[in-house]
Amino acid sequence: MSNDILVITEHLDGKVADISYEMVGKAKELAGTWDGQAVAVMMGDGMADQANGFDSDATLYIDHPALAEFNPEAYGRVALALAQERSPRLIMVGNTSVGMDLAAWLSVKLGAACVAYVNGLEAEGDTLVATAQLYGGKMAAACAMDGPAVVSVMAGAFPAEDGMGSTVAESAAPPASLDDLKVRFVQLIRPEAGDVDITAVDKLVAIGRGIGSEDNIELAQELAEALGAEVAASRPIIDAGWLPKTRQVGKSGLTVKPKLYLMLGISGAPEHLEGMKDAELIIAVNTDPNAPIFDVAHYGVAQDLFDVAEAMLEALE
Amino acid sequence: MNIVVAIKHVPSTTDELELNEDGTNLDFDEIDFLLNEFDEHAIEQAVLLKEAAGGEVTVIGVDVIEELDGVLHTALAKGADKAAKIVGDIEPPVSSHTQAKWLADAIAEMNPDLVLTGVQAVDDLDGQIGPMLAAYLDLPYVGVVTGVSSQNGSVLAHKEFAGGVMAEYEVTLPAVLGIQAAEKPPRYAPISKIRQMAKSAEIEEFEVDEDFEYEGCELRKMAKPESAGHAEMIEGDPEEVAEKIIAILEERGLL
Ligand SMILES: Cc1cc2nc3c(=O)[nH]c(=O)nc-3n(C[C@H](O)[C@H](O)[C@H](O)COP(=O)(O)OP(=O)(O)OC[C@H]3O[C@@H](n4cnc5c(N)ncnc54)[C@H](O)[C@@H]3O)c2cc1C
Ligand SMILES: Nc1ncnc2c1ncn2[C@@H]1O[C@H](COP(=O)(O)O)[C@@H](O)[C@H]1O
Repeated sequence: MSNDILVITEHLDGKVADISYEMVGKAKELAGTWDGQAVAVMMGDGMADQANGFDSDATLYIDHPALAEFNPEAYGRVALALAQERSPRLIMVGNTSVGMDLAAWLSVKLGAACVAYVNGLEAEGDTLVATAQLYGGKMAAACAMDGPAVVSVMAGAFPAEDGMGSTVAESAAPPASLDDLKVRFVQLIRPEAGDVDITAVDKLVAIGRGIGSEDNIELAQELAEALGAEVAASRPIIDAGWLPKTRQVGKSGLTVKPKLYLMLGISGAPEHLEGMKDAELIIAVNTDPNAPIFDVAHYGVAQDLFDVAEAMLEALE
Repeated sequence: MNIVVAIKHVPSTTDELELNEDGTNLDFDEIDFLLNEFDEHAIEQAVLLKEAAGGEVTVIGVDVIEELDGVLHTALAKGADKAAKIVGDIEPPVSSHTQAKWLADAIAEMNPDLVLTGVQAVDDLDGQIGPMLAAYLDLPYVGVVTGVSSQNGSVLAHKEFAGGVMAEYEVTLPAVLGIQAAEKPPRYAPISKIRQMAKSAEIEEFEVDEDFEYEGCELRKMAKPESAGHAEMIEGDPEEVAEKIIAILEERGLL
């Protein structure tokens, strides 16, 4: 095992994702304490320029048509071959749609430990201690690792600025064959525009599973109207088919920064927080006084959302 | 198509989560268990594929704390054809690697065309079993999938990225997919049907491989997260609360 750290960076639709810089910054700090190198890895097709500008000790850019957009099998083969060549102490991927496909797979292939939802990493001598989230953000765990490890890092856990620098990438051919792939990228599907753009409005009333049933959405709509707001929602409301995807806030939905984000019956899972934690004023109504959302909201009400919404409607009339 | 769905029973996260005495895990005696949300979607997606293209759906789980039968019966009531569980001398907590290896051994015997898991389970939030199954079975994996359709010898899978952007992949079978959402909301299984399954269903059993060991990480401690801040709580009856919220909005020029 070497003292190096491999960071698998990511991009979508030609744009490098912030999580890449966030990981590189942390990797550089950790590798420094171990006298190792923080190596950023970017895979793509004809985008060598974008691989420049990390604050890594070295950046490897792997160019191949099969790497143009994310392909779990092709990315996996490249990452595995690089890891076998360099036997790094740590591999960092994002806790994203990209990294979630790679982390655990790589750990099995390499015989490494694996921790997901990581929001803290510290070196204690030769031991790496990762803090991770569990139970929808209601618990935190500390895991210690002495051998090789793969971690998937939460978006926003580390500052992106720390990973921005001027390292010029070295280009290389894929270290593994990318022929005969069983997974083939077909196309990107971009979201259709909805009736409103929730990223562009000042006030949102956001509803979650606590709303209970489709019929109750009307109450949220009335309240939104009285406040001059639009209705947004957490993922379960969209998956149930109660509101269109264009209303979803979070990791796989939209990121919003409204002046008011009034939340009714949303627990505050990490994937939801990713999309709204920078709102200017967050008011959360949730019957569970221990809901994680109360650690993030500015104001909280530990009461039934129906009582509060109805009382607000009445007071506004 | 022969489809296997791996399913897990998880503690309800709306309950108060109490820790055990040494602070290394939850106190499982104090918690309600239910079928992992994303596994409901995986079952629905499997049943939709079966309805479209024929075949058979088998659900399987590791019976870590001997509470699995209930969710297996629920899956059967939702349209799965067969149920299986991995049993033996199981001492929780069992690492993801070990559970994935046990599942992979049993699933390999079933010769499936397609293996579905939930994208992740809400308990440990790790989303590891799917990719690990793929690694142990030497099959391709695509996760965060929100819709699957089958064609000759392969499937088309939609995978979600941020901002509502999706990518479409063609995946040669056999393969493992981690399901985030089925094409349609999961169907509801009436209690009466679940009860009927509880009476009549046969659950096939596989023994754990006691020799498998995996050097993973050492869980030092679990704790409620320390947060940087906490909301200022607004107290009072609903009318008072409503007034206070409106006053805050007025003060900030939001009304
Ligand atoms: C890859 C991936 C991507 C994801 N992307 C997203 C995303 O983009 N957006 C997103 O939101 N989620 C996303 N999720 C899902 C996320 O993990 C959570 O499952 C989801 O955010 C939970 O939504 P919720 O808070 O509405 O539901 P729950 O977590 O079930 O919370 C419901 C809350 O309502 C409260 N409640 C119940 N009844 C009442 C009442 N009468 N009055 C007041 N409160 C009440 C409960 O106490 C509870 O806290 C993603 C998950 C994965 C794995
Ligand atoms: N003990 C288990 N038995 C069967 N399937 C499981 C088990 N644990 C996890 N899975 C499957 O793997 C998915 C991801 O779980 P996890 O890796 O625990 O987040 C779940 O949604 C299930 O489909």
